[in-house]
Amino acid sequence: MSASGMKQSRLAFWLFLAPVLGWLLLLIVLPHLDMLYMSLRSGSFSHPGWTLTNYQAFFEEPIYWLTFARTAGYAVITTAITLVLGLPVAFYIAKVVRPGLSGALMVLLLLPFWVSELVRVYGWMILLRESGVINFFLLRLGIIDTPIEMLYNDATMIMGLVYTSMLFMVVPLVSVMESLDDSLVEAAYDLGASRLCIWRTIIIPHSKPGITSGCIVVFMLSLGNYLTPNLMGGKNSLWFTEQIYNQFIASFNWNQGSAFGFLLLALSSVIVWAGLKLTRQKLGEVAS
Amino acid sequence: MEAMTNDLSLRSLTKRFGDFVAVDDISLDVPTGSFFSILGPSGCGKTTLLRMVAGFEEPTSGTISIRGRDMANVLPNERPVNLVFQHLALFPMMTVAENIAFGLRRRGVRKDESRTRAEAMLERVGLPGYGDKRIAQLSGGQRQRVAIARCLVLEPSVLLLDEPLGALDLKLREQMKVELKKLQAKVGTTFIYITHDQSEALVMSDRVAVMNRGRFEQVGTPQELYGQPATPFVARFVGDNNAWAGTVESAADGEVVLRTDEGFVFRARGMEGCGAGSRVNLYLRPEAMRLDPKDTSNLNMFRVTLKAILFDGANSRLLTVTEQGHELLVRLPQNRTFDNLEPGREFAVGWNPSSGICFVEDGADCRGLDGEDA
Ligand SMILES: Nc1ncnc2c1ncn2[C@@H]1O[C@H](COP(=O)(O)OP(=O)(O)OP(=O)(O)O)[C@@H](O)[C@H]1O
Ligand SMILES: [Mg+2]
Repeated sequence: MSASGMKQSRLAFWLFLAPVLGWLLLLIVLPHLDMLYMSLRSGSFSHPGWTLTNYQAFFEEPIYWLTFARTAGYAVITTAITLVLGLPVAFYIAKVVRPGLSGALMVLLLLPFWVSELVRVYGWMILLRESGVINFFLLRLGIIDTPIEMLYNDATMIMGLVYTSMLFMVVPLVSVMESLDDSLVEAAYDLGASRLCIWRTIIIPHSKPGITSGCIVVFMLSLGNYLTPNLMGGKNSLWFTEQIYNQFIASFNWNQGSAFGFLLLALSSVIVWAGLKLTRQKLGEVAS
Repeated sequence: MEAMTNDLSLRSLTKRFGDFVAVDDISLDVPTGSFFSILGPSGCGKTTLLRMVAGFEEPTSGTISIRGRDMANVLPNERPVNLVFQHLALFPMMTVAENIAFGLRRRGVRKDESRTRAEAMLERVGLPGYGDKRIAQLSGGQRQRVAIARCLVLEPSVLLLDEPLGALDLKLREQMKVELKKLQAKVGTTFIYITHDQSEALVMSDRVAVMNRGRFEQVGTPQELYGQPATPFVARFVGDNNAWAGTVESAADGEVVLRTDEGFVFRARGMEGCGAGSRVNLYLRPEAMRLDPKDTSNLNMFRVTLKAILFDGANSRLLTVTEQGHELLVRLPQNRTFDNLEPGREFAVGWNPSSGICFVEDGADCRGLDGEDA
């Protein structure tokens, strides 16, 4: 009886796991294997064969690795800004407002994600461009007398990225802050801590797993974002995903594009790993 | 001058939540160095009162002063009081020593200095060498002591404790009661201890305030509360009591003659308002009744039948019942004459008129009333 029960539950286990494994295999492993294969092949028809030149190109051509460094740097800045803005927002939702209202606030936060990213970015553009809504009002109010171009610079691009990533920072932060016992905050206050000190010694240490997972998600999303930097960033603010796009579509060099794709994956993983090392955390702890 | 001898003074302190009055016009003085308890049933406003003293709740009206200094507009992190939370609220992200040093560090004490003082404090509460342990590694009683040490190391004028033994098991609670009392005597800090457990309050305190529905019913020494309850609520809440409903037949010089609803006629002490003809409740302690007394002169006498023995060592009691079905708890004498009792046995019970107290009926439900006058 129990043996057959065991067998049954094992069967159920595999049945449930099968779609997940299939999904992983079909959509993640196979394309990546293909890309790996392609990245290691020579692109020229005259000399087909295995080669590392695609990877070499990244390190030898400054435009490539400089673009990557820029992209990574801006992704880190975006993550930091999102974290600084997300912490008080999450604390407010998790601890300050009534429980009923916190659900409503979460929905409000989710709402922008109902529309596609493209539409959201165009929304920003309508607001910010030279003939846009903000300029219109500023002109009308007489604050400025010639319209300002607010689009196509790095600051606007980062703002767009922060806006796009906010939810992915706030959700893990809210869930981790909800588990914070209010009396810990009060106890710290009672023992003489100032507000800033309570954040530093109690709230942030408690929220560490949420901070880490939020930061990883936001960093990866920003790094891999294509639309926002492309549409809101300036002409000279090239994002690394645009390089990949260019290789695939403009130059039609799929081998080079694949190599860049792999480099993006590898280098971003190294950055996340370094970040975890720096803050002395393990990925397993963060996920739990 | 008077303010100097009191660590804490409350004047007409009131707290309303909407229409609900959680703390209702409380005035109180707690002398320096005393162990003061606030005893009351769940939801009577004890925590609210303590949180106002600590600064976490704003009083609706009234004043709080600590060592003569008015606490209005003083933030919790600047008040010379510390609170031991109901669930302790130790910081799980820190070691024991870091927990204790937390307050010192906030006051700008240097790291090594605060570490030394934390170690000294740990020794004082009987946990030497526990500094590097994590909170999760401690037992319930040890956490308790760390929570108290964390406050005491700051040398507050007043230490507030919100049912700190509530989460412990019975055995440990008994032990911690005695330890807390000893600790308070040793450090000499004023303790304000709130609890709904009357035995905790009686054992530890110099003075106790009995609180009910946001008000103080009586403030006094444990002996006074037990021996001379001022209100029927105190009589019911502090210690075991038997209650009896009846009508006063005559009253003179604080003594009344009453007829209980079963028809017994007793003499007893009458409190304010117990005039002839008034409805009263008679309260009688289990130890006030003597079984089969030899000398019955000047005693109120009646007969009971033994229903069950509630054995509890030195505090054993007998559950007895009168002919009319009124249940009474009677203390089992410790002189071994009643060692082999069988349920069903009959006794004569006698009690001295001065040990029974009559209060005018307050409408509260109590044993023996059988729901009349609801
Ligand atoms: N923030 C609040 N808003 C509304 N009502 C409150 C609030 N805090 C407490 N109360 C009410 O005030 C009353 C007293 O609460 P309090 O926590 O002081 O009780 P307590 O005596 O500490 O009880 P316990 O022994 O169960 O801890 C309760 O009826 C409670 O519902
Ligand atoms: Mg309470």
